[in-house]
Amino acid sequence: MAETNQRTVYGQTLVELCHKNKDIVVLDADLGASTMGKMVESDPEISEQHIEMGIAEANMISTAGGLARAGKIPFCSSFAVFAGGRAFDQIRQSIAIGKLNVKICGSSAGCSDFGDGATHQSVDDIAYMRVIPNMNVFVPADANETEAVVRYMAENEGPMYIRVNRNPYDNVTPEGAKFVPGEPVVLKEGTDVAVFACGVMVTKALEAAKALEGKISVKVVNVPSIKPLNRESVVKIANSVKGVVTAEEHSVIGGLGGAIAEALRLEKKPIEFVGVQDRFGASAHNYNDILEYLGLTTDSIIKAVEEISSKA
Amino acid sequence: MAYSEELIQSLKEKGQLLRRDCIKCIGVGVAGHVGGSCSSADLVAALYFHKMKVDPKNPDWEERDYFLLSKGHVAILQYAALAEKGFFPLEDLPRCKEIGFYLQGHPHLGIPGIEAGTGSLGQGLSLGSGIALGLKLDKKPNRVYVLVGDGETDEGQIWEAAMSSSAKKLGNLCAIIDNNGLQATGAIKDRLPNEPIADKWRAFGWNVIEVDGHNMEEILTALDDAELYTDRPTAIVAHTVKGKGISFAENQAGYHNRALTQEEYDLAMEELA
Repeated sequence: MAETNQRTVYGQTLVELCHKNKDIVVLDADLGASTMGKMVESDPEISEQHIEMGIAEANMISTAGGLARAGKIPFCSSFAVFAGGRAFDQIRQSIAIGKLNVKICGSSAGCSDFGDGATHQSVDDIAYMRVIPNMNVFVPADANETEAVVRYMAENEGPMYIRVNRNPYDNVTPEGAKFVPGEPVVLKEGTDVAVFACGVMVTKALEAAKALEGKISVKVVNVPSIKPLNRESVVKIANSVKGVVTAEEHSVIGGLGGAIAEALRLEKKPIEFVGVQDRFGASAHNYNDILEYLGLTTDSIIKAVEEISSKA
Repeated sequence: MAYSEELIQSLKEKGQLLRRDCIKCIGVGVAGHVGGSCSSADLVAALYFHKMKVDPKNPDWEERDYFLLSKGHVAILQYAALAEKGFFPLEDLPRCKEIGFYLQGHPHLGIPGIEAGTGSLGQGLSLGSGIALGLKLDKKPNRVYVLVGDGETDEGQIWEAAMSSSAKKLGNLCAIIDNNGLQATGAIKDRLPNEPIADKWRAFGWNVIEVDGHNMEEILTALDDAELYTDRPTAIVAHTVKGKGISFAENQAGYHNRALTQEEYDLAMEELA
């Protein structure tokens, strides 16, 4: 069976890419054992391509900007709350304005670091990365897609953010599929309601569609590229159904829901958001508990689909 | 090392020339960064007109040295140096900050000779450190110079970069601290005091050289001596006078970013002649 953990695949893919391209460097802020940057560090042939920056995320991001100016392709990894949140100004000022070729990995994103609680759970990173001009924001649905996105990031110029889950779960996208930035991907056809989902919520959207079979025909759309996002594609999909639901492991403010609503602003389609309701996360003993606590469940999607279906 | 009288004199004149360019560009009635441009002018003159390898015809020349203006608010000073070197036309200087024009109020990537976008204080040293690290990984001999404001050293990221640069043994990196003692609204010592500044850099593992930032011989000696330390970065703490060369602006925080009257403008240009 293919690897099912996104951060493992992130590390494995970087190891492979580092072997092929000596200009790729992988920066960590003392969390390499979690981000899997340690896989690069512990491979003797490429260990020099791993740069330990210590517990200093702001300096890590700006230093990566300098490395990019010197022709390197830096991948900076930390927990999403630190990689994106703590270093927001550095990403904006040092990286994005100058369109520097820096890749940022928000690891253990969403609530996937369930035990550590609110301080370590990113319910807002899609929003604050998405709003920065020049920044690309990618949220792979699973481990397979993570590999495709990381390859794309290494091979293409510009500042890019990838959001990576900490926990393993079964792949829902095919192994080896090409990642096309901007394009939503229909995973399951349907005619009544389209569920646009990203990250772990793609899995739950597929489960919801299955549970509703025979009652409501649900189209499941994976959105790995939150930005860029091809508006025409979103509109076309939305106009093939009667209503739309978005589902994300993120605040309902400013994330995938926001992006889809922006794209559909002239379409007069009913939309419902499934996501975190303007609150922080909390510690939990396991991943499912925190997802349920925040309403990030298959049932929430089913309810939202039923509601939209009844309105449409 | 001894430097010829001729060289010293010509670099001093370049410093004054850059100050005049800045004042000309700032003009009358519109706020501009008078104080910090004048305090840094001799340091920038020494770098661009003597020390650094740069090629105005080929700004991305692989063998060039890098200069980053971490105190990005005195962009006009760097623009003046770049224009005088021939990176872009001198006539463009007064058009700085014009809507849509390529010379923005802070250094911006895409302007010939600008190596990094700066403006949010505290980030330029990290950017320079990254360039130096990249050059070191590639075993290239280019050097990286970062001009840091003394008020800017109140930013925590400066000290992250200081730790990181010495940990990575970046002998190709030289920070120059424009130590004029003043910031936008007054004296640093009355706000978030940063002294003893030289001791701090030393404690962070840097080679430290203190100079009179308006004494060209001392500046040149320090820049040359910095290269002797290949196992650690060098901090040149340059003691300067904010508003240097303009009698009414010297040591006055009020001229950090301020519009000049016609009378002030005329007097400044006369004194800088």
